Amino acid sequence: MSLPLIVLLPLLGSLVPLLSSNRQRNLNAWSTALLPAIALGIVIAHAPGVVAGEVYHSSMSWVPQLGLDLAFRLDGLSLLFLLLILGIGLLIILYARYYLAPEDSMPRFYAYLMLFMTSMIGIVMADNLLLLWVFWELTSLSSFLLIGYWYQQSEARRGARMALAVTGMGGLAMLAGFLLIGHIVGTYDMQTVLDSRDLIQADPRYLPALLLVLLGAFTKSAQFPFHFWLPHAMAAPTPVSAFLHSATMVKAGVFLLARLHPALAGSQLWLYIVTLTGLVTMIYAAYFALLKYDLKGVLAFSTVSHLGLITMLFGLDSKLAVVAGLFHIINHATFKAALFMSSGIIDHETGTRDIRKLSGLRRSMPMTAALAGLAAASMAGVPLLNGFISKEMMLTETLESGLLGGLAWLIPVLATLGSVLSVAYSLRLIRNVFFGPEAKELPKTPHEAPFPMRLPMLILVGLCIVIGLIPAVIVSGLLDAAARATILAPRPELQLSIWHGFNLPLLMSAIALAGGVGIYTVRRNLFNFQRQFPQRNALMIFEHSVRRLLQWTQVTIDRLENGSLQRYMLWLIVAVLFLTGSGLLDLDQLQGSRQPQPLDGLLLAGAGITILAGLGTAILHRRRLVSLMMLSVVGLMVSLAFARFSAPDLALTQLAVEVVTVILLMLALFFLPQRTPKESSGARVVRDVLLAAGFGGVVASLNYALLTRPMDSISGFFLDNSVSGGGGHNVVNVILVDFRGFDTLGEITVLCIAAIGIYKLLNRLRLFMPSSDSEGRPWSRDLHPMLLATVSQSLLPLALLVSVFIFLRGHNEPGGGFIAGLVTAVALILLYIARGVDWAQQRLSFQYQPIAVTGVAIATLTGLGSWLFGHNFLTSAFGHFSIPYIGEIELATAMLFDLGVYLTVVGATLMILANLGKLTTRHRPSKENEKETV
Amino acid sequence: MMHHLIALPILLPLLSGLLMLVKRDSTVLPRRAIALTSTAALLVISAALVIQSDSGEITYYALGDWQPPFGIVLVLDRLSALMVCLTAFLALGSIAYACAGDDRKGSNFHGLFQLQLMGINGAFLTGDIFNLFVFFEVLLIASYSLLMHGGGKDRTQAGFHYVALNLAGSAMFLIALGVLYGTTGTLNMADMSQKVAALGPDRLGLLKAGAFMLLVVFGLKAAILPLYFWLPRAYSSAPAPVAALFAIMTKVGIYAILRVYTLIFGGGAGELANFVQPWLWWFALATLALGGLGVLSARDLRNQVAYLILISVGTLLVGVSMNREAPIAALLYYMIHTTLVSGGLFLLADAIGEQRGKAGARIVPGRGVTQPALLGLFYFIAAVTVIGLPPLSGAIGKALLLKAALPSEQPWLWPLLLLSSFAGLVAMARSGSTVFWKAGRGDSDGPRLKPAMLAGLILLIGASPALSILAGPITRFTDASATQLLDHDAYAEAILSRNVAGGDS
Repeated sequence: MSLPLIVLLPLLGSLVPLLSSNRQRNLNAWSTALLPAIALGIVIAHAPGVVAGEVYHSSMSWVPQLGLDLAFRLDGLSLLFLLLILGIGLLIILYARYYLAPEDSMPRFYAYLMLFMTSMIGIVMADNLLLLWVFWELTSLSSFLLIGYWYQQSEARRGARMALAVTGMGGLAMLAGFLLIGHIVGTYDMQTVLDSRDLIQADPRYLPALLLVLLGAFTKSAQFPFHFWLPHAMAAPTPVSAFLHSATMVKAGVFLLARLHPALAGSQLWLYIVTLTGLVTMIYAAYFALLKYDLKGVLAFSTVSHLGLITMLFGLDSKLAVVAGLFHIINHATFKAALFMSSGIIDHETGTRDIRKLSGLRRSMPMTAALAGLAAASMAGVPLLNGFISKEMMLTETLESGLLGGLAWLIPVLATLGSVLSVAYSLRLIRNVFFGPEAKELPKTPHEAPFPMRLPMLILVGLCIVIGLIPAVIVSGLLDAAARATILAPRPELQLSIWHGFNLPLLMSAIALAGGVGIYTVRRNLFNFQRQFPQRNALMIFEHSVRRLLQWTQVTIDRLENGSLQRYMLWLIVAVLFLTGSGLLDLDQLQGSRQPQPLDGLLLAGAGITILAGLGTAILHRRRLVSLMMLSVVGLMVSLAFARFSAPDLALTQLAVEVVTVILLMLALFFLPQRTPKESSGARVVRDVLLAAGFGGVVASLNYALLTRPMDSISGFFLDNSVSGGGGHNVVNVILVDFRGFDTLGEITVLCIAAIGIYKLLNRLRLFMPSSDSEGRPWSRDLHPMLLATVSQSLLPLALLVSVFIFLRGHNEPGGGFIAGLVTAVALILLYIARGVDWAQQRLSFQYQPIAVTGVAIATLTGLGSWLFGHNFLTSAFGHFSIPYIGEIELATAMLFDLGVYLTVVGATLMILANLGKLTTRHRPSKENEKETV
Repeated sequence: MMHHLIALPILLPLLSGLLMLVKRDSTVLPRRAIALTSTAALLVISAALVIQSDSGEITYYALGDWQPPFGIVLVLDRLSALMVCLTAFLALGSIAYACAGDDRKGSNFHGLFQLQLMGINGAFLTGDIFNLFVFFEVLLIASYSLLMHGGGKDRTQAGFHYVALNLAGSAMFLIALGVLYGTTGTLNMADMSQKVAALGPDRLGLLKAGAFMLLVVFGLKAAILPLYFWLPRAYSSAPAPVAALFAIMTKVGIYAILRVYTLIFGGGAGELANFVQPWLWWFALATLALGGLGVLSARDLRNQVAYLILISVGTLLVGVSMNREAPIAALLYYMIHTTLVSGGLFLLADAIGEQRGKAGARIVPGRGVTQPALLGLFYFIAAVTVIGLPPLSGAIGKALLLKAALPSEQPWLWPLLLLSSFAGLVAMARSGSTVFWKAGRGDSDGPRLKPAMLAGLILLIGASPALSILAGPITRFTDASATQLLDHDAYAEAILSRNVAGGDS
């Protein structure tokens, strides 16, 4: 099928202009025009079929889970729009070739334009609601790029942002609307949706769905009160305006009204919302069009006004009104594109678009004047031009409407008022610019634009005249087909002709023409009247409110994230208290079925000491050394508790860890500022105490509840299999190196990374080294007391021997690589303390990072070794060997793993210590060293 | 040999990381080669795992041949395979970018990066909840170190908040694990899910308390309101390739929530079935709203990305809390998208900042970037993607999630999700036009993109169009993943019923 090609060709076409450079302007333009021209050819090839009543479909699956398919259709409505989009699009390409200045990047312009064209084509051909939305948002995005094309101008940037914000918001609302429709109908397939009118309108979700979809349509079509973005989109180059505001972008909104007409229209809700919105927009914008001084400003507001007219027609509850709306879409596109082009030519050739400066241009640019005059006459609804016919149809339909009951006469009256204003601003546009005395002091001397720039206008105005003269011949078939697609019925009987005889609509037209001329002559009074209102610039208001919004969010976020760690921690603890507490509330009683063990004096004393030391740590936290000592008391009591409750491994580990951490903490605390800045306020202390008590209470409750309940766990398996499966009697060690060796591997990796991380942090750090303590007493000058040095040196071999012993017995008796590593580390640390970093490093000249890393590597490689024997990672093997001189011995691969643990612990611990220690020596890092260590 | 494949996403980065860390002061080139090769191999392996998982069979790997529930297992299902693959892809892009020179701004970058990957992959693959804790530690400690890479006061301070909060979180994780183990007597997640279902009434409250505490811990990692405070500063001050990798870090938290609260406390948990999801719903929505405000408030591109991540966290958790097949499938697709594009945006913000000289990544008018067309194109694609505008992946993900909402959920989810998109649209249109459009012209003497940077950007930002085009097959996979995830019985059966080793070859 060739339908996807119609979308695909222009999409590829957006890459074509990028192939040639900005200097090859003709090549650039012609090559760009090639692909859309082919697409237009394909469309025209399908036209006879469509006019004959055929509807072409093509579908490809894209995201079936979403119900989003690459489904395209070509029916009368699509055909009508495709002809406009591609036809006028090609004219724009030609026009822009001559419009753009040499310093404007043509490839960029054409790329954006083609992208935009693609998305418009996608909208009108989409056969799937979601696909329509995809292209819908793409028009918002690509129009953002087009409007912001001259991004050096602040007007362009702001106009682009405003257009994107308004139409993008509408698009998001529309998505919600489409999803609702999808929920109601059960599919996003366009045909099914269009056929489900009764289903949709009977659903309670019809109201929100309709409102959301209309929000999308109205923002896009610049309906009141969302009209304000459109006039500021005029900051775009004129070819863009001519394209966006005649045939495309803003027409997408009314296209949507037409497309979904079969499914959504017909209800009272639709009738009122759509008709009245259109009516209000039509009059409001027409009034402002009359007051604008900028040529493009007049055209912008007149566009809004005419879109209001079309919207109103789609709202009215008659089929003929819809046909009139469709017809006016064609007519508006032709005359408005021509008018925009003429304003571009005027701007291009005179250097200004200000109506107050322009005058008498018909002498210097007669052809432009004639063409613009004809187009404006069509816009005003002068007979013999196409605008006249659709305007007559519109007036007829307003007379038919039963809307507003007894006030129904208001609608034709207001419609006539809109026409009056339309005549007035069209007249002003032509009369002021082209007639009157020749303008002086224009930025440029006006002369006619090159012919190729006028050619598109010529074609469009030609269409205006031909359609105006013989509408039945030219558009009848097309209109029929489009109407069939929109009202799902053959076009109602309608005579497309200029003359319907003397009737009320003709009278209204006459009133419009006469009234328009009248208002034009007294326009000065109108300008004076308007002057009493403050001038309001929608762009400024929009920018201002966005800025206010941003400031508000900044204040809010800054207030929330005040950079206080205490506050963040507060939230964390409150969250735990709140949620965990709510879980505990579900517990009938805290105590479980198990009776507590009897207490004895020793236990009570131990608990008492732990509690006091814990309190002391917190209360004395300002006296660091004392606080640290209290903390170590807690640690010691914990290890005693482990010993008491038969966990010698844990007790040993805890003891060793305690020693190492306290030493490292002392080193670290040394570098903290001598004095803590200020005491917390009373309220804060109360808050913190409450929090701490609450958290402690929750954790204690959890503990108590757990310990008093009988437990059935997997631990039995470990006890049973430790010897037979792991080859060791020390279950704790077998768990560490075998059953859960993978955890241990992870943990030694953590240790290794921590050491490297600390190195990374300290490597860059330059800290102030205090020479005295907080009370001003200088630190002792005797850094390395003799006694300590002697003792530590003689202790070292002993300690190493002990650690070897602990390591080797680990698999069967309390001990193991972790504890052994800590013992070794403690011995070496003592040496460092006693002799100083310099002395120690001269003698222990190895680097610790490789040791730690090698440790992890040994453990990992041990695990990998089991692959060689066809086992899973970390599968252990053990056996009894008899070795000469030593005798019977049990060896397990787990020991190799444990060796890795040992090395990691030693390497990491000493790496941390040595780096902290280095800060106190002449080795402390400096700028020069930094480079070397990279 | 093939059955060891599951363990490779952990072992390979571990080994290559160690290899690079053994010698601290060697030159950077061999490290780059090792890092890139290893990560590319990781991507291949994880792609193979994805294909393997797509058979629908849940396989496990018993470490040390100790069978579940006693030993530690690594479990491969569609979800874990997907997460590992996503990580590898993100990492490849980040490392490529880092090879342009960021890796020389401090020591041990590549080694730590690989160990970080090991931690992340381990967290995704493990089927043991204590082992999950261990891998959380690995990835966190590595991330602390990487966060400090390059030094500087701002980084150190943001890093300190990050460390302090996460250490508190780790302590709570342990307490929660104690409670879980104390009540169920097991650590294997599949086994735990069976035990929870059979739990007596006298322990339910206890278990609930533990599960809630665990939720707070995961919520902290996932950066849910009110626990997200560490995120904006840490992410916006981290070195670009690290920040890019961090895009997966919040997802680890989200993954953990998704896994634990569908498997252990999911539909089969008796009294406790799906009890956290209603809570999560409100917190997730609040996070979403806050992310929207944050995006508007950002004064710096990197900061803006950090809040965009917050929006994605809210979006993902909303999906988790909806706890049905369709929303979970939607969030998985969205997760792939958001991880890659946020990573790409961090890289892009860095590239922009470098080219703009003094103005850096701040959202103020300043010198123009050296390569406006190229970076502008990247920015446009990334912005469209991350905001959730069609036709790129963000829109598909968000639309899937919106569509999956029940009528009772729609009035909350739809406005918030769409408004957050709108906030993103306004904010990014503003920052983009300020940075690219409101720039002084001509003086383009800043540095240009190095090939390595370009490669990173193409990988991560270019992923989005690919994700949109391939949305059909990908959503089919995420759909199947969601179905598999919610079938907790099948998971438990796959882990617990076989007594033979997971593929004794």
